[in-house]
Amino acid sequence: MNELLESLVELIRRTSAEIPDDVNRALVTALENERKGSIAESALKIVERNIELAKRKSQPICQDTGSILFYVDAPIGLDQVAFEETAREAVRRATAKGYLRQNSVDSITGENDGTNVGPGSPAVHFHQHRGDALEVRLVLKGGGCENVGAQYSLPLEKLKANRDLDGCRKVILDAVLQAQGKGCGPGILGVCIGGDRATGYEWSKKQFLRFLDDRNPDPRLDELEQDILRTANELGIGPMGFGGKTTLLGVKIGAANRVPASFFVSVSYMCWAYRRQGVELGAAGAIQRWLY
Amino acid sequence: MKELIAPFNEAQVRALKVGDEVAITGVVFTGRDAVHKYLHEGGQLPPGVSLRDGIIYHCGPVVMKEPDGSWKVTAAGPTTSIREEPYQGQIIRDFGLRGVIGKGGMGERTLAACKEHGCVYLHAVGGAAQVLAECVRRVRNVYFLEKFGSPEAIWELEVERLPAVVTMDSHGGSLHRDVMSASSAALAERL
Ligand code: SF4
Repeated sequence: MNELLESLVELIRRTSAEIPDDVNRALVTALENERKGSIAESALKIVERNIELAKRKSQPICQDTGSILFYVDAPIGLDQVAFEETAREAVRRATAKGYLRQNSVDSITGENDGTNVGPGSPAVHFHQHRGDALEVRLVLKGGGCENVGAQYSLPLEKLKANRDLDGCRKVILDAVLQAQGKGCGPGILGVCIGGDRATGYEWSKKQFLRFLDDRNPDPRLDELEQDILRTANELGIGPMGFGGKTTLLGVKIGAANRVPASFFVSVSYMCWAYRRQGVELGAAGAIQRWLY
Repeated sequence: MKELIAPFNEAQVRALKVGDEVAITGVVFTGRDAVHKYLHEGGQLPPGVSLRDGIIYHCGPVVMKEPDGSWKVTAAGPTTSIREEPYQGQIIRDFGLRGVIGKGGMGERTLAACKEHGCVYLHAVGGAAQVLAECVRRVRNVYFLEKFGSPEAIWELEVERLPAVVTMDSHGGSLHRDVMSASSAALAERL
């Protein structure tokens, strides 16, 4: 097996079975904060035990191993066609080994050929840069949390949301309210202000590549992130919607230019089973280091 | 933590209230979209499956065949229950269910059937596939495996101390409704 293929299979295995450290730290803190003896505390204890078991047994953390999203930062000259072919083969192999559930269905016939490879699956996003490093990040995005994502078009009278940051705040918090526990909270929000309907969602998902404890370099967005995190955690929705102090573990917001006629706010919700990892690869494809 | 041990009966279920944490021990049957639709359309349960006084688990487990021919569950988290809302109430009534395990909660029709018949909705922790798989002691049987495929089949599982929370009880109580209204009010104060 060539080195790149081997590395990508290992990236998939680790992403599916091991929660990244930044997310685990946030879950541990959440557990400490919940009231002793509460249902929220019990739920988070089960989550912790699940994370530990999955890692020890090298089994998927959650059986819904989600949509498979690769983000590749590549030096100029990478053969993208060959890379994508290798990524598809890695998905096939990881599925055969049970790192991924047979999770990809033909939308017209409803058939599942059991490979996880088909139109749009896996999704591979390339980004070129002038440096030498080849970095591959992977997000496995579950269906339950994907279903509670929402896209708002401002102004929105029903929520008294205007085309400004306060309007954005209102609709983002509405998304949290509507989601309740249905996205397997405590959740993490990835948000894009602006863009069109497609880029808005795409950029909202890219926010999941940030470290959970980083701070937004844009002070206006940083303030909005902190405000939404604090406010959401005062709503009492709690883990699984059982009630409690931790409704969200993090909020990450980006902004993209829009056309004057449109003002979209796109909100993607990530469940506690926040499966995201990344590797830096050497010239031959071997893993040099893990990114999270 | 209240122990909920099979065989289940009405009195046991009526004693449960929203917010109770339970550990379920005994036989449960999995059933999700295909099974619910089939039963709702008048399909018969296969011989050997009785849901009377039983529990249905909204779950599409990952099950592996062992070299000796037996089955082993390697992941068994709950799936979203609300998809079964059009069918669940009738199935509770017609088949005499005492419990439904799932995630995300269900709607008014299911809540009404729980009240009328004496049934509860038990919320498992979504995503906890490994912890819940560990609670499965044995796979006793599988039905409709060919017909519906593995995740949608009816798996007869012997579970031990499977943890869940009563979020809809047989007295009209719903934690989902309560948390929704309290969180809506809290948000309104903060806008
Ligand atoms: S929302 Fe996440 S944790 Fe919940 S079932 Fe889906 S993938 Fe698993």
